[in-house]
Amino acid sequence: MSYIQKPKAFHPALKKNKLGLTRRDYEGAMSTLCAGCGHDSITAAIIEACFKLELPAHRLAKVSGIGCSSKAPTYFLSRSHGFNSVHGRMPSITTGANLANRDLVYLGVSGDGDTASIGLSQFCHAMRRQLNMTYIVMNNGCYGLTKGQFSATNDKASPSKKGESNLFEAIDLAQIAIQLGAGFVGRSFSGDKAQLVPLIEAAMSYNGFAFLDVVSPCVTFNNHPASTKSYDYVRGHNAVLDKLDFVPPEEEIEIDYAEGTTSDVELHGGAKIRLHKLDTGYDPTDADQAINTIRERLNAGEVTTGLLYFDGREQDLHETLGTSERPLNTLPLGELCPGSEALEPINDRFR
Amino acid sequence: MQRATSPTDVDDPEYFHKVVDCQWACPAHTPVPEYIRLIAQRRFTDAYMLNWESNVFPGILGRVCDRPCEPACRRGRIEEKPVAICRLKRVAADYRDDISDRLPEIPKEGNGKRVALLGAGPASLTVARDLLPLGYACTLFDKDPKAGGLMRTNIPSFRLPENVLDEEVYRIVDFGVEPRFGEEVTSLKAILDDDYDAVFVGTGAPKGKDLNIEGRRECSDNIQIGISFLTSVAFGHVDTIGERVVVIGGGNTAMDCCRTALRIGGKDVRVTVRSPRKDMKASDWEIEEAEQEGIPIYDNHSPKAFVRENGKFKGVLFEVMRAEYDEDGKRTLVSTGEEVLFECDDVLMAIGQDNAFDWIERDLGVEFESWGMPLVDKTTMMSTLPGVFFGGDSAWGPENIIVAVAHGHQAAISIDLHCRGEDLVQSRPAPGHSLISQKMGIHEWAYENDYASTGRVDVPHEDLAKSLKDLKVEVELGYDDQLAFDEAERCLNCDVQTVFTGPLCIECDACMDICPIDCINFIENAAEPELRQNLRVPALNTDQALYVSPPLKTGRIMAKDEDMCVHCGLCAERCPTGAWDMQKFTYVKTQAAKPCQVNLDAYVQWSKAG
Repeated sequence: MSYIQKPKAFHPALKKNKLGLTRRDYEGAMSTLCAGCGHDSITAAIIEACFKLELPAHRLAKVSGIGCSSKAPTYFLSRSHGFNSVHGRMPSITTGANLANRDLVYLGVSGDGDTASIGLSQFCHAMRRQLNMTYIVMNNGCYGLTKGQFSATNDKASPSKKGESNLFEAIDLAQIAIQLGAGFVGRSFSGDKAQLVPLIEAAMSYNGFAFLDVVSPCVTFNNHPASTKSYDYVRGHNAVLDKLDFVPPEEEIEIDYAEGTTSDVELHGGAKIRLHKLDTGYDPTDADQAINTIRERLNAGEVTTGLLYFDGREQDLHETLGTSERPLNTLPLGELCPGSEALEPINDRFR
Repeated sequence: MQRATSPTDVDDPEYFHKVVDCQWACPAHTPVPEYIRLIAQRRFTDAYMLNWESNVFPGILGRVCDRPCEPACRRGRIEEKPVAICRLKRVAADYRDDISDRLPEIPKEGNGKRVALLGAGPASLTVARDLLPLGYACTLFDKDPKAGGLMRTNIPSFRLPENVLDEEVYRIVDFGVEPRFGEEVTSLKAILDDDYDAVFVGTGAPKGKDLNIEGRRECSDNIQIGISFLTSVAFGHVDTIGERVVVIGGGNTAMDCCRTALRIGGKDVRVTVRSPRKDMKASDWEIEEAEQEGIPIYDNHSPKAFVRENGKFKGVLFEVMRAEYDEDGKRTLVSTGEEVLFECDDVLMAIGQDNAFDWIERDLGVEFESWGMPLVDKTTMMSTLPGVFFGGDSAWGPENIIVAVAHGHQAAISIDLHCRGEDLVQSRPAPGHSLISQKMGIHEWAYENDYASTGRVDVPHEDLAKSLKDLKVEVELGYDDQLAFDEAERCLNCDVQTVFTGPLCIECDACMDICPIDCINFIENAAEPELRQNLRVPALNTDQALYVSPPLKTGRIMAKDEDMCVHCGLCAERCPTGAWDMQKFTYVKTQAAKPCQVNLDAYVQWSKAG
């Protein structure tokens, strides 16, 4: 937490995107989270990703629940739409907003408490429905806002800062996401922006439910030597399954890669995910392999990161339901509310 | 094999000194950010004393310094206009209280050593100020009837009022020099024969350059050398000039000449410069002031002849030039063939100054370069004749007041060492410095870390009509205390350093994410040119250092580009482990006499004591 506002001054040579904006233009208010919080780093990665995606701020809706994580949307894209909702209810608010206006980009920010405990059912159903959104969990394994009690994602082997042991197995949100049909599932680490930024870019460009589980150390309560969600532990046990670059539509990355070492996956809007082959031989389009690998590595005490699962079909809820092509706020009133003459035949069908 | 950039040695005081751009650029290394903070705290007398100890003439320099600190100021790189350091210095001088009880004590009993100081300009006066408290007997010679040198003769009183000049010059004279004013030294041998223990030559560059073109001799009644003209005006020997005046030259003397002419009868005063305007030697602000007074500047005008008609002076004939640049950007001026005649009554020639050493006998042991300049040691200021020292413009040609002061300090150290029989190089005192945490609480710093986004505050000016009527009316009124405060707040506190302790770092990225200027990087090490390119914002200004840490836990390094850092302290506020800290760096050039640096020492020591 800081008292002064971040100076408006910026480096005169700071890069601008095609909208003429710098990274600084994607910032929000000053964070009031603890110094060194992983969430602030994820915030910075979101800012970077939105800058790179050249996203106009008014095309983004940021939605969150309750918790340290859910404060974070205040700290990025201050000129976007935002809704800081009820604990665990971010998915239903986003569902409503998305159904009303499919043209916005939806970014949900939640935490391990907000998602894995109070909001678990909402989380599951949003995925099951393939709601077109990016769902980021800032996962620190504890309730930072209420003095660091274990959350449902804290590993059983990971005791509290004062040495109290954790009695329950952890919920692995990424595994649940793959099982329940999320089309894009990734895991990353707040301390690795090189991996995190392209993952966020790809997730936000994915048409369907994109889930990112981002391990984000709580410097105040869960960054102690015995924790499995500390900076040191994650760095020491990070099993990177694959590496990716995000290539925006109509753009090529200049770096040449040796033939056969990369493969491109084209997304709905023309952007590409460029996967670099690692010797893991991991194939993110195979859900069964994904779950097996995650479990194997977990048993070995490792944290799997990278693009864990990718479903190329990219079918979202609007397609499934056959809803209006246009946002409701752009429909003429007569179309939006056709009146009792139109209601009658519908009601007749149920008589 | 790729070579890595070595970690920065922050124990070397020169590393952080260089980060304080203004102080580093100041020849006397005045602790600028510290006195600006004192001004913001309304501690004007303290701010004045820090200045007086380090640059001797704060009231004078606060008006007419060449201010090398301002082009160096970091603020100028971030938002174009630097902090008005020079004008803030004037504020300290304008609003200070009586300082007589804070001046060094001059011992009643001398140390028996005698020093001759030739020329009573800023260099000699500085030597006198530094040596008198040590008990030296200083004899000060000058050909003019009053002390001050070019500060008196060449700077018009509408820029530097006489009372300001007199106070700071005569404060030193009154410390007890033996004045020999109005006495031109015509032989160094004669001085040496008088058995002085040391001689300091601070005679400046007193000879205005002349232009030997057609008609020069015939028209000499209407042509004056700029600095002689200014001197005559300063001493009241000249108080009128023709209505139409042409000034030849584009330096600061030309600007002073034209503005002086405008005040003593000139109506149509114009400045002509041989080169394109952007290559003019005068400081931007002096050109600006002249233009604001309605004086036109004709660039690319090369004087060709002085013209007479019917036995009477008619004017100056100019050849209009054009600048051409070759591939390397080297300039050549070529004639366009066009010629213009500027009719006028008087011509002032301000095309440069030369040294004059015809009074130094060449068989004394003082060796000269082929172009007539003495051989002077850059560190000790001593000539090839032990005991004879040079400083100011007479050492290496025309510079400015603050350079002369810096020379004076170094010469005084050398003279003292010489008189005590010590080695002039080995025994030179090291600078004083300290580096102390400014942390007072979780979000509390002992300095104002908030960034003031205001633009440079303009200095109020006297009404133009009024100031043009009287040569003695000062054009600039100076800041009042509120304007001074607003301007002082623009200072970025570059002396409060970002100090990084690698072993404490957990590489959480918090500092990198919060830095408004994107100057902090956690990155793979590489050779410096490559490392500079790889930063978040490439560090292309190689005049500014990279602060590089030893390898961190992940094998990466922290690399900070010092170039644009606004010293807001957010990196340290966001650091969960205290790996970053904001620490005030003090640096003081040690002088010959301790009594002349009481306040400077207190500043270093007090900072040390926290």
